[in-house]
Amino acid sequence: MKNIEFRTATSAQGGLVVMSGVPGVASGSRVQLRDHAGRVRSGLVIRAADEAVLVEVFEGTDELDLERTWVRFLDEPFKLPVSRDIMGRVFNGAGVPRDGRPPIVSADRRDVNGEPLNPAARAYPREFIQTGISAIDGMNSLTRGQKLPIFSGGGLPHNRVAAQIVRQAKLLGEDAAEFVVVFAAFGASHADARFFQESFEESGVLNKVVMFLNLADEPVIERLLTPRAALTAAEYLAFDLDYHVLVVMTDMTAYAEALREVAVLRGDVPARKGYPGYLYSDLAEIYERAGRIKNRRGSITMIPVLSMPSDDITHPIPDLSGYITEGQIVLGRELANQGVYPPVSVLPSLSRLMKDGIGKNFTREDHPHVASQLFASYAKALEIRGLAAIIGAEELSDADRRYLQFAEAFETRFIGQGEDEDRSVYETLNLAWDLLSTLPPEALIRVSEEELAKYHKWQAGAEAA
Amino acid sequence: MGKILEINGPLVKLELPSTVIGEQVRVGRLGLVGEVIGRDGDTALAQLYEDTAGLRPGEQAEGLGWPLSVELGPGLLGAIFDGVQRPLHAVWEKSGDRMARGVAVPSLPRDRAWRFVPDPARRPGETLAGGDVLGTVQETESIAHRILVPPLARGELLELAPEGEYTLDQAIGRIRLSDGGIDKLYLFHRWPVRTPRPFRRRDHAVQPLITGQRILDTFYPLLKGGKAAIPGPFGAGKTMLQQQIARWCNAEIVIYVGCGERGNELTDVLEFMPELKDPHTGRPLMERTLLVANTSNMPVVAREASVYVGMTLAEYFRDQGYDVVMVADSTSRWAEALREVAGRLGQMPVEEGYPAYLGSRLAAFYERAGRVETLAGGHGSVTLIGAVSPPGGDFSEPVTSHTKEIIQTFWALSKELADARHYPSVDWLESFSGYVPSAAKWWAENVDPDWETARAQALDLLAESEELQRIVNLVGVEALSSEQRWTLEAAGLIKEGLLQQAATDEIDSFASPEKQYALLAALLEIHRQGMKLVKLGAPARRLIQMPLLAQARRWKSQHKSDDLARLRKKIAAIPAEFEELLREYAQSSTR
Repeated sequence: MKNIEFRTATSAQGGLVVMSGVPGVASGSRVQLRDHAGRVRSGLVIRAADEAVLVEVFEGTDELDLERTWVRFLDEPFKLPVSRDIMGRVFNGAGVPRDGRPPIVSADRRDVNGEPLNPAARAYPREFIQTGISAIDGMNSLTRGQKLPIFSGGGLPHNRVAAQIVRQAKLLGEDAAEFVVVFAAFGASHADARFFQESFEESGVLNKVVMFLNLADEPVIERLLTPRAALTAAEYLAFDLDYHVLVVMTDMTAYAEALREVAVLRGDVPARKGYPGYLYSDLAEIYERAGRIKNRRGSITMIPVLSMPSDDITHPIPDLSGYITEGQIVLGRELANQGVYPPVSVLPSLSRLMKDGIGKNFTREDHPHVASQLFASYAKALEIRGLAAIIGAEELSDADRRYLQFAEAFETRFIGQGEDEDRSVYETLNLAWDLLSTLPPEALIRVSEEELAKYHKWQAGAEAA
Repeated sequence: MGKILEINGPLVKLELPSTVIGEQVRVGRLGLVGEVIGRDGDTALAQLYEDTAGLRPGEQAEGLGWPLSVELGPGLLGAIFDGVQRPLHAVWEKSGDRMARGVAVPSLPRDRAWRFVPDPARRPGETLAGGDVLGTVQETESIAHRILVPPLARGELLELAPEGEYTLDQAIGRIRLSDGGIDKLYLFHRWPVRTPRPFRRRDHAVQPLITGQRILDTFYPLLKGGKAAIPGPFGAGKTMLQQQIARWCNAEIVIYVGCGERGNELTDVLEFMPELKDPHTGRPLMERTLLVANTSNMPVVAREASVYVGMTLAEYFRDQGYDVVMVADSTSRWAEALREVAGRLGQMPVEEGYPAYLGSRLAAFYERAGRVETLAGGHGSVTLIGAVSPPGGDFSEPVTSHTKEIIQTFWALSKELADARHYPSVDWLESFSGYVPSAAKWWAENVDPDWETARAQALDLLAESEELQRIVNLVGVEALSSEQRWTLEAAGLIKEGLLQQAATDEIDSFASPEKQYALLAALLEIHRQGMKLVKLGAPARRLIQMPLLAQARRWKSQHKSDDLARLRKKIAAIPAEFEELLREYAQSSTR
């Protein structure tokens, strides 16, 4: 069957082609289309019956002449050839090199769809990853094998934050093996892609990065394949070659929009905002490929970047993502407008796996309580700031004014830091105590009395100047 | 033998005459399993529990003759199954780290022998009915597995095996059915998951389920055999709260169904549970726990089945006379699986794309919970706690609103509380419980007669403070009277000293009913004493500075549930703390 070309396309529309008279085609099989100009496109069987076969064409159906289109069914799913040579290379969304160098030749070709991990085979993520960013390390720590997305909005510096994490991420302790990076961009602008490339180059990690790029002006359907190809490469690096792999993907919103576009063409029943009902399952297929496996040394830690349409965290894409990922780092427009970098909005941010990756055996014994106290104190400070906006700061009590100053210092000194500033987690915790020391001990009930005695530098009677 | 006509995602059209709706089918070279959901002449429509990639039209298909069923017998406890009861550890051993397709592994281990002790009351010749106890297998140290006659069997006991070691494949007895046929009895039997298991009659639920979580037990109680829902947007701490319930609740069996949830969370449960001790028996928690896991990246049709599999397992232990808690996390994913299949079938969507039968399916599912008199005459219960994941945290969406009409206890989680790291983030204004009168009886008899009054007082205080907070947000705290400020402070004390509970804190993680009530009474006492002072003219400012208030906020994590003597001493000393101020203001007011 692989060698027969069929010329029986009966209809084509928006990336989908219907073939008739091709019996016994396997569902999910890869397809090659040769058009009248000799250009080869690839596609996928998404619905198979003897009378009609529905094919999704990755490069789209523009300028396709049905009478002069030859189709071959390759009888296998989409596969990505993998070998050590993929390091330092740049591919398109379908795994074809786009860096002008020869294709990867390997007998080891993997189905890009992967197979779900048996939950019994998973190992729980525990080891703390230091990103050097206080707002993350101190309050929303990342652990090895976690999937922690950055929820952002148009015009916010999510790419710079992601690049900083890639440059600075390290494990503490002796097992501090280095990371390799798999970077996937879908629907990204050329400028964004170049920014990442240059950032990797400058920090000298380029030969440890595998890139999969599907840019904004490239076929939409290929976008559905891009994260899957990238994760197939990541799984190979992590579970065959024992690397710790950091996967950065941008932008999941572009991915979901591509999925919607295709779903509408297929005629799927829309659920919310026109997205298909299977958006959750589809996103989960991608996100759940992060993790660790028992008895394997490598790991996949995932940082997907997601821009929230009109900053709305309840939009289906961030909403469904949040139900699958293990927390989220939310960037805030207000902080960004105040000139705070990285503008991490700590209250809606969360790392679900933090509790098991910090504290006594991982970072420092006071870390869990300090993080909890910072959240509580900052939440209270923001409440008071809201009040001050109404009744004026003059009307506040001394105690309340102290909170205002705390909020100010917390935002500029703790959240804010340089793009090249790499803070150790100990520096972050000490800084946290410096800030907490401006509040009286009785206001700090999330930390223990021993911790107060050890770290808190409160001077009774100090003026709330 | 039939064949495949068309493949469309998880749905497969088959040429397969004379199948029954609900019947299991095996399809294609890989032998993928699914169930028939529609018939049209000689064609049948089936949904498959596994990914259909690689299937071709023309490949073979066969009907198996029975509906989706589970195996019920020794070997269930401590196990982890997928959505159609495949044992994940055994599958892992057989097919590696990834879920390979078409793997056939029996749900319960066949190579293991169990020590069966026949019930001494059983005599050959007597008439047995479904649900009667044949004997027991001490499956774990804390749980004796009662071996039951299959619910629909009835007849004369011909023979029952003596005490000894038996595998699941060895018969332990024979029974002559009413139609004269002779059936063998085994340590296990099968039951179709979509059919509720029979019982004699429904009982009233009377006992509260103690979870050790103060906001739940004290404020919004759930009864054994009751129905509860936990709705909450992501990041509100839903999973954490459910895990706390699974760890600490005083049920005998806990069944946790991870329906379309995160893989790492299940791993957390799997790794963490064996280390934890049951506070009621001192045995590892895993001995009474059973997991059904269909993570979000596993096939969607098996996800739809997983809640029924979990429920059938729960009913089976109920029929042995146990109190079972089943946690379904999350029913929204189950509803979405329904929607996904309905969409592929081209059924008319009603709200948000959900099929019109969403409400009735949910109601029928929740109705399988309850306390019953079993066929054998004992009492058992299934308490159902369903998590709901409303999109965008909007409680008016179809799954949450339908669920709200069905359940009795509603633990609403709030994103605002979670953002302020107030955990458990159960919203005390949005939540409700229809079980308070029944629970009050138990608390009055077992803990303190004043429980109901104290609970109501605390809730009033919280509601009043919410009103006051609104005023403060508009015009500032200075606009309040001293009395109002003290109310606000006392409500803050209850929030921080009672409602907030740290799951990760060794002492605070679980609070016995006695400790819960002691703390509640203590904080109310502080409020009362302070109010006396304020009425005498003391400014709230002075009260708020009292060190007692900061101390009282820490009591919850300083005193263990089984060592309350020191706490009670502190509580008894509360009036003394106010004495000096009282004297001062009593004098100034008489002057």
